[in-house]
Amino acid sequence: MATLEVNVVAADREVWVGEAKRVIARTLDGEIGVLPGHEPVLGVVADGEARILTTGEDTVRVKADGGFLSVENNRVIIAADQAELL
Amino acid sequence: MGAQQRVFKQKIRSTQSLRKIFKAMELIAASRIQKAIARSQAASPYANALTRAVSAVASESNVEHVLTTESENVSRAAVLVIGPDRGFAGAYSANLLREAEELIRLLHSEGKDVQLFTIGSKAKNYYTFRDRKIERSWTGISESPTAENAREIGEALLENFDPESADSGLDEIYIVFTKFVSSVTHDPEYRRLLPLEVVDAGEASTGGGSAESSGAAAFPLYEFEPSAEAVLDSLLPRYIDSRILSALLSASASEQASRQAAMKTATDNADDLIKTYTRLANTARQAEITQELTEIVGGADALAASAAGD
Repeated sequence: MATLEVNVVAADREVWVGEAKRVIARTLDGEIGVLPGHEPVLGVVADGEARILTTGEDTVRVKADGGFLSVENNRVIIAADQAELL
Repeated sequence: MGAQQRVFKQKIRSTQSLRKIFKAMELIAASRIQKAIARSQAASPYANALTRAVSAVASESNVEHVLTTESENVSRAAVLVIGPDRGFAGAYSANLLREAEELIRLLHSEGKDVQLFTIGSKAKNYYTFRDRKIERSWTGISESPTAENAREIGEALLENFDPESADSGLDEIYIVFTKFVSSVTHDPEYRRLLPLEVVDAGEASTGGGSAESSGAAAFPLYEFEPSAEAVLDSLLPRYIDSRILSALLSASASEQASRQAAMKTATDNADDLIKTYTRLANTARQAEITQELTEIVGGADALAASAAGD
Protein backbone atom coordinates (compact mmCIF):
# COMPACT_ATOMS: atom_id res chain seq x y z
CA MET A 1 0.00 0.00 0.00
CA ALA A 2 1.20 3.45 -0.75
CA THR A 3 2.25 5.53 2.18
CA LEU A 4 2.58 9.22 2.80
CA GLU A 5 5.96 10.78 3.27
CA VAL A 6 5.47 13.39 5.97
CA ASN A 7 7.68 16.30 6.91
CA VAL A 8 6.77 18.62 9.73
CA VAL A 9 9.09 21.60 9.72
CA ALA A 10 9.25 24.66 11.93
CA ALA A 11 10.96 27.89 10.96
CA ASP A 12 14.26 26.89 12.52
CA ARG A 13 14.29 23.10 12.56
CA GLU A 14 12.78 19.89 11.34
CA VAL A 15 10.24 18.59 13.83
CA TRP A 16 9.17 15.22 12.54
CA VAL A 17 9.94 13.19 9.43
CA GLY A 18 8.52 9.82 8.65
CA GLU A 19 6.04 7.67 6.82
CA ALA A 20 2.38 7.73 7.57
CA LYS A 21 -0.90 6.21 6.57
CA ARG A 22 -3.00 9.21 7.28
CA VAL A 23 -2.58 12.84 8.20
CA ILE A 24 -5.27 15.02 9.67
CA ALA A 25 -4.64 18.73 9.91
CA ARG A 26 -6.67 21.81 10.58
CA THR A 27 -6.92 24.44 7.88
CA LEU A 28 -8.82 27.69 7.84
CA ASP A 29 -11.83 25.92 6.34
CA GLY A 30 -11.84 23.07 8.79
CA GLU A 31 -10.13 19.76 9.20
CA ILE A 32 -8.56 18.08 6.25
CA GLY A 33 -7.72 14.41 6.16
CA VAL A 34 -5.05 13.22 3.78
CA LEU A 35 -4.74 9.61 2.69
CA PRO A 36 -2.25 8.23 0.15
CA GLY A 37 -3.21 9.29 -3.35
CA HIS A 38 -4.71 12.59 -2.28
CA GLU A 39 -4.85 15.31 -4.90
CA PRO A 40 -2.28 18.13 -4.62
CA VAL A 41 -3.33 20.70 -2.05
CA LEU A 42 -1.84 23.89 -0.71
CA GLY A 43 -3.67 25.04 2.37
CA VAL A 44 -3.28 27.55 5.13
CA VAL A 45 -2.94 25.83 8.47
CA ALA A 46 -4.96 27.26 11.32
CA ASP A 47 -3.63 27.09 14.85
CA GLY A 48 -4.21 23.71 16.29
CA GLU A 49 -3.20 20.16 16.27
CA ALA A 50 -2.26 17.86 13.41
CA ARG A 51 -2.52 14.11 13.86
CA ILE A 52 -0.32 11.74 11.96
CA LEU A 53 -1.06 8.03 11.91
CA THR A 54 2.27 6.42 11.21
CA THR A 55 2.86 3.17 9.38
CA GLY A 56 3.65 1.68 12.77
CA GLU A 57 0.07 2.42 13.88
CA ASP A 58 1.28 5.13 16.25
CA THR A 59 -0.39 8.48 16.41
CA VAL A 60 1.96 11.42 16.38
CA ARG A 61 0.36 14.64 17.49
CA VAL A 62 1.94 17.89 16.46
CA LYS A 63 0.95 21.34 17.54
CA ALA A 64 1.31 23.61 14.53
CA ASP A 65 1.00 27.31 14.95
CA GLY A 66 0.30 29.18 11.74
CA GLY A 67 1.81 27.99 8.50
CA PHE A 68 0.83 25.95 5.54
CA LEU A 69 0.27 22.43 4.39
CA SER A 70 1.21 21.06 1.04
CA VAL A 71 0.29 17.71 -0.41
CA GLU A 72 1.60 16.33 -3.66
CA ASN A 73 2.61 12.88 -4.87
CA ASN A 74 2.02 11.34 -1.46
CA ARG A 75 4.35 13.85 0.08
CA VAL A 76 2.91 15.95 2.88
CA ILE A 77 4.71 18.99 4.20
CA ILE A 78 3.41 20.85 7.20
CA ALA A 79 5.48 24.02 7.57
CA ALA A 80 4.62 26.05 10.62
CA ASP A 81 6.11 29.08 12.28
CA GLN A 82 6.23 27.14 15.46
CA ALA A 83 5.66 23.45 15.73
CA GLU A 84 6.20 20.96 18.46
CA LEU A 85 5.41 17.36 19.17
CA LEU A 86 2.77 16.76 21.77
CA MET B 1 69.12 41.74 35.76
CA GLY B 2 69.82 44.46 33.28
CA ALA B 3 67.25 47.04 32.30
CA GLN B 4 67.13 45.85 28.71
CA GLN B 5 66.46 42.29 29.70
CA ARG B 6 63.69 43.37 32.00
CA VAL B 7 61.99 45.29 29.19
CA PHE B 8 62.06 42.25 26.91
CA LYS B 9 60.81 39.90 29.63
CA GLN B 10 57.90 42.22 30.24
CA LYS B 11 57.04 42.37 26.55
CA ILE B 12 57.17 38.59 26.31
CA ARG B 13 54.84 38.22 29.28
CA SER B 14 52.27 40.66 27.96
CA THR B 15 52.37 39.12 24.49
CA GLN B 16 51.89 35.71 26.03
CA SER B 17 48.79 36.80 27.89
CA LEU B 18 47.41 38.41 24.72
CA ARG B 19 48.15 35.23 22.86
CA LYS B 20 46.09 33.27 25.36
CA ILE B 21 43.15 35.57 24.78
CA PHE B 22 43.45 35.31 21.00
CA LYS B 23 43.71 31.55 21.19
CA ALA B 24 40.63 31.33 23.40
CA MET B 25 38.63 33.58 21.07
CA GLU B 26 39.74 31.51 18.10
CA LEU B 27 38.52 28.32 19.74
CA ILE B 28 35.22 29.88 20.77
CA ALA B 29 34.64 31.19 17.24
CA ALA B 30 35.50 27.80 15.78
CA SER B 31 32.91 26.07 17.91
CA ARG B 32 30.32 28.73 17.10
CA ILE B 33 30.84 28.36 13.35
CA GLN B 34 29.76 24.74 13.62
CA LYS B 35 26.72 25.78 15.62
CA ALA B 36 25.83 28.51 13.15
CA ILE B 37 26.18 26.17 10.19
CA ALA B 38 24.04 23.57 11.93
CA ARG B 39 21.30 26.12 12.61
CA SER B 40 21.47 27.34 9.09
CA GLN B 41 21.01 23.80 7.83
CA ALA B 42 18.21 23.15 10.30
CA ALA B 43 16.31 26.10 8.87
CA SER B 44 16.69 25.06 5.26
CA PRO B 45 13.90 22.44 5.06
CA TYR B 46 11.42 25.15 6.02
CA ALA B 47 12.94 27.62 3.58
CA ASN B 48 12.84 25.04 0.79
CA ALA B 49 9.25 24.07 1.52
CA LEU B 50 8.20 27.69 1.54
CA THR B 51 10.07 28.54 -1.62
CA ARG B 52 8.51 25.64 -3.44
CA ALA B 53 5.04 26.52 -2.24
CA VAL B 54 5.41 30.18 -3.15
CA SER B 55 6.74 29.31 -6.59
CA ALA B 56 3.87 26.89 -7.07
CA VAL B 57 1.22 29.46 -6.20
CA ALA B 58 2.87 32.18 -8.18
CA SER B 59 3.42 30.11 -11.29
CA GLU B 60 -0.01 28.55 -11.38
CA SER B 61 -2.44 31.20 -10.50
CA ASN B 62 -2.34 34.66 -11.93
CA VAL B 63 -2.81 36.22 -8.56
CA GLU B 64 -1.49 39.71 -8.26
CA HIS B 65 -0.14 40.45 -4.85
CA VAL B 66 1.16 43.71 -3.48
CA LEU B 67 4.43 42.09 -2.46
CA THR B 68 5.21 40.82 -5.94
CA THR B 69 4.08 43.79 -7.97
CA GLU B 70 6.81 45.92 -9.41
CA SER B 71 6.24 49.57 -8.76
CA GLU B 72 6.53 51.79 -11.80
CA ASN B 73 8.03 54.78 -10.07
CA VAL B 74 10.46 53.61 -7.49
CA SER B 75 11.25 56.56 -5.29
CA ARG B 76 11.98 55.04 -1.91
CA ALA B 77 14.07 52.01 -1.11
CA ALA B 78 14.95 50.49 2.23
CA VAL B 79 18.32 48.91 2.86
CA LEU B 80 18.68 46.38 5.63
CA VAL B 81 22.32 45.99 6.62
CA ILE B 82 23.06 42.83 8.56
CA GLY B 83 26.26 43.40 10.48
CA PRO B 84 28.01 42.17 13.60
CA ASP B 85 27.68 43.41 17.17
CA ARG B 86 31.30 42.96 18.05
CA GLY B 87 34.57 43.59 16.30
CA PHE B 88 37.65 41.36 16.37
CA ALA B 89 36.55 39.82 13.12
CA GLY B 90 39.13 41.24 10.73
CA ALA B 91 37.71 42.99 7.70
CA TYR B 92 34.26 41.43 8.10
CA SER B 93 32.32 44.57 8.94
CA ALA B 94 34.46 46.84 6.75
CA ASN B 95 33.75 44.66 3.71
CA LEU B 96 30.07 44.49 4.52
CA LEU B 97 29.73 48.25 4.97
CA ARG B 98 31.62 48.86 1.75
CA GLU B 99 29.09 46.67 -0.07
CA ALA B 100 26.24 48.55 1.61
CA GLU B 101 27.73 51.91 0.61
CA GLU B 102 28.05 50.70 -2.95
CA LEU B 103 24.40 49.71 -3.03
CA ILE B 104 23.32 53.00 -1.48
CA ARG B 105 25.33 54.93 -4.06
CA LEU B 106 23.76 52.90 -6.81
CA LEU B 107 20.26 53.56 -5.47
CA HIS B 108 21.00 57.26 -5.13
CA SER B 109 22.25 57.40 -8.68
CA GLU B 110 18.92 55.91 -9.79
CA GLY B 111 17.21 58.77 -8.01
CA LYS B 112 15.86 56.74 -5.10
CA ASP B 113 15.63 57.80 -1.51
CA VAL B 114 17.28 55.37 0.83
CA GLN B 115 16.04 54.45 4.27
CA LEU B 116 18.43 52.55 6.47
CA PHE B 117 17.66 49.62 8.72
CA THR B 118 20.58 48.08 10.55
CA ILE B 119 21.29 44.97 12.55
CA GLY B 120 24.24 44.88 14.91
CA SER B 121 25.96 47.73 16.68
CA LYS B 122 28.84 47.96 14.21
CA ALA B 123 26.59 49.00 11.34
CA LYS B 124 24.57 51.25 13.64
CA ASN B 125 27.67 53.06 14.90
CA TYR B 126 29.03 53.45 11.40
CA TYR B 127 25.97 55.38 10.25
CA THR B 128 25.36 57.26 13.50
CA PHE B 129 28.93 58.49 13.42
CA ARG B 130 28.38 59.83 9.92
CA ASP B 131 25.12 61.53 10.90
CA ARG B 132 23.04 59.35 8.62
CA LYS B 133 19.51 58.70 9.64
CA ILE B 134 18.67 55.14 10.65
CA GLU B 135 15.00 54.23 10.51
CA ARG B 136 15.33 51.37 12.87
CA SER B 137 18.09 49.25 14.28
CA TRP B 138 18.36 46.01 16.15
CA THR B 139 21.31 45.00 18.26
CA GLY B 140 22.29 41.92 20.17
CA ILE B 141 20.87 39.38 17.75
CA SER B 142 23.60 38.97 15.19
CA GLU B 143 25.39 36.10 16.91
CA SER B 144 22.47 33.79 17.42
CA PRO B 145 19.48 35.01 15.43
CA THR B 146 16.18 33.23 16.01
CA ALA B 147 13.04 32.83 13.95
CA GLU B 148 11.33 35.37 16.22
CA ASN B 149 14.00 37.96 15.45
CA ALA B 150 13.50 37.39 11.75
CA ARG B 151 9.76 37.73 12.12
CA GLU B 152 10.07 40.98 14.03
CA ILE B 153 12.40 42.43 11.40
CA GLY B 154 10.17 41.21 8.60
CA GLU B 155 7.15 42.84 10.20
CA ALA B 156 8.95 46.13 10.68
CA LEU B 157 10.00 46.15 7.04
CA LEU B 158 6.61 45.14 5.70
CA GLU B 159 4.85 47.75 7.79
CA ASN B 160 6.38 50.47 5.68
CA PHE B 161 6.22 48.64 2.39
CA ASP B 162 3.50 50.15 0.31
CA PRO B 163 4.35 50.82 -3.32
CA GLU B 164 0.86 52.04 -4.04
CA SER B 165 1.02 55.07 -1.84
CA ALA B 166 2.77 57.85 -3.67
CA ASP B 167 4.42 59.73 -0.87
CA SER B 168 5.36 57.67 2.16
CA GLY B 169 5.59 53.96 1.50
CA LEU B 170 8.66 52.01 0.52
CA ASP B 171 8.83 50.73 -3.02
CA GLU B 172 11.75 48.37 -2.68
CA ILE B 173 13.58 46.60 0.09
CA TYR B 174 17.18 45.47 -0.22
CA ILE B 175 19.15 43.34 2.13
CA VAL B 176 22.94 43.46 2.55
CA PHE B 177 24.59 40.54 4.28
CA THR B 178 27.63 38.33 4.14
CA LYS B 179 27.06 35.08 2.39
CA PHE B 180 28.73 32.11 3.99
CA VAL B 181 30.31 30.00 1.28
CA SER B 182 32.82 28.07 3.34
CA SER B 183 34.91 28.68 6.47
CA VAL B 184 37.42 30.61 4.41
CA THR B 185 35.16 32.24 1.83
CA HIS B 186 32.39 34.62 2.73
CA ASP B 187 31.24 37.29 0.34
CA PRO B 188 29.33 40.41 1.22
CA GLU B 189 26.44 40.78 -1.17
CA TYR B 190 23.12 42.52 -1.58
CA ARG B 191 19.85 41.29 -2.93
CA ARG B 192 16.45 42.71 -3.43
CA LEU B 193 13.97 41.32 -0.98
CA LEU B 194 10.90 43.12 -2.22
CA PRO B 195 9.14 43.22 -4.59
CA LEU B 196 9.70 39.51 -4.66
CA GLU B 197 11.10 37.86 -7.66
CA VAL B 198 9.95 34.36 -7.07
CA VAL B 199 13.00 32.27 -7.63
CA ASP B 200 13.86 28.62 -7.87
CA ALA B 201 14.25 26.67 -4.70
CA GLY B 202 18.00 26.44 -5.14
CA GLU B 203 18.43 30.18 -5.43
CA ALA B 204 16.45 31.06 -2.35
CA SER B 205 18.31 29.16 0.28
CA THR B 206 20.99 31.64 1.18
CA GLY B 207 21.59 29.71 4.33
CA GLY B 208 24.28 27.54 2.85
CA GLY B 209 22.19 24.41 3.18
CA SER B 210 22.00 22.34 0.09
CA ALA B 211 18.77 23.02 -1.66
CA GLU B 212 16.98 20.12 -3.11
CA SER B 213 16.44 20.16 -6.81
CA SER B 214 12.73 20.39 -6.22
CA GLY B 215 12.35 23.78 -7.88
CA ALA B 216 13.02 22.52 -11.36
CA ALA B 217 10.17 20.04 -11.52
CA ALA B 218 6.86 21.12 -12.91
CA PHE B 219 4.24 21.81 -10.31
CA PRO B 220 1.13 19.68 -10.13
CA LEU B 221 -2.27 21.32 -10.22
CA TYR B 222 -2.86 22.34 -6.68
CA GLU B 223 -6.13 22.71 -4.94
CA PHE B 224 -6.01 25.79 -2.76
CA GLU B 225 -7.53 25.98 0.68
CA PRO B 226 -9.31 28.32 1.18
CA SER B 227 -8.27 30.20 -2.00
CA ALA B 228 -5.15 31.00 -3.96
CA GLU B 229 -5.21 34.58 -2.70
CA ALA B 230 -5.51 33.53 0.92
CA VAL B 231 -2.72 31.03 0.55
CA LEU B 232 -0.45 33.59 -1.06
CA ASP B 233 -1.36 36.14 1.58
CA SER B 234 -0.29 33.79 4.27
CA LEU B 235 2.77 32.47 2.47
CA LEU B 236 4.48 35.64 1.31
CA PRO B 237 5.19 37.27 4.68
CA ARG B 238 6.50 33.93 5.90
CA TYR B 239 8.65 33.60 2.83
CA ILE B 240 10.15 37.00 3.53
CA ASP B 241 10.77 36.14 7.18
CA SER B 242 12.40 32.95 6.13
CA ARG B 243 14.70 34.72 3.69
CA ILE B 244 15.62 37.23 6.36
CA LEU B 245 16.32 34.40 8.76
CA SER B 246 18.53 32.57 6.33
CA ALA B 247 20.43 35.80 5.63
CA LEU B 248 20.83 36.35 9.37
CA LEU B 249 22.08 32.81 9.91
CA SER B 250 24.44 33.03 6.99
CA ALA B 251 25.78 36.34 8.29
CA SER B 252 26.31 34.92 11.75
CA ALA B 253 28.23 31.95 10.37
CA SER B 254 30.36 34.34 8.29
CA GLU B 255 30.98 36.53 11.31
CA GLN B 256 32.25 33.63 13.38
CA ALA B 257 34.37 32.36 10.52
CA SER B 258 35.92 35.81 10.02
CA ARG B 259 36.55 36.06 13.73
CA GLN B 260 38.21 32.70 13.80
CA ALA B 261 40.48 33.62 10.89
CA ALA B 262 41.35 37.00 12.43
CA MET B 263 42.12 35.43 15.79
CA LYS B 264 44.20 32.73 14.15
CA THR B 265 46.30 35.42 12.48
CA ALA B 266 46.58 37.31 15.76
CA THR B 267 47.73 34.16 17.57
CA ASP B 268 50.32 33.49 14.88
CA ASN B 269 51.55 37.06 15.07
CA ALA B 270 51.79 36.82 18.84
CA ASP B 271 53.85 33.66 18.43
CA ASP B 272 56.20 35.47 16.07
CA LEU B 273 56.52 38.38 18.47
CA ILE B 274 57.25 36.10 21.39
CA LYS B 275 59.95 34.37 19.38
CA THR B 276 61.51 37.68 18.33
CA TYR B 277 61.45 39.06 21.86
CA THR B 278 62.89 35.85 23.27
CA ARG B 279 65.79 36.08 20.79
CA LEU B 280 66.34 39.73 21.69
CA ALA B 281 66.19 38.94 25.40
CA ASN B 282 68.76 36.16 24.92
CA THR B 283 71.03 38.49 22.99
CA ALA B 284 70.69 41.09 25.71
CA ARG B 285 71.50 38.51 28.37
CA GLN B 286 74.55 37.28 26.48
CA ALA B 287 75.73 40.82 25.88
CA GLU B 288 75.41 41.46 29.57
CA ILE B 289 77.38 38.33 30.48
CA THR B 290 80.06 39.17 27.93
CA GLN B 291 80.30 42.64 29.34
CA GLU B 292 80.55 41.37 32.90
CA LEU B 293 83.27 38.91 31.86
CA THR B 294 85.18 41.64 30.08
CA GLU B 295 84.91 43.80 33.14
CA ILE B 296 86.15 41.02 35.44
CA VAL B 297 89.01 40.07 33.14
CA GLY B 298 89.87 43.71 32.63
CA GLY B 299 89.77 44.29 36.39
CA ALA B 300 91.93 41.23 37.07
CA ASP B 301 94.41 42.34 34.41
CA ALA B 302 94.58 45.79 35.95
CA LEU B 303 95.08 44.30 39.42
CA ALA B 304 97.78 41.96 38.12
CA ALA B 305 99.50 44.80 36.30
CA SER B 306 99.44 47.01 39.37
CA ALA B 307 100.70 44.12 41.57
CA ALA B 308 103.60 43.47 39.13
CA GLY B 309 104.46 47.16 39.13
CA ASP B 310 104.97 47.25 42.91
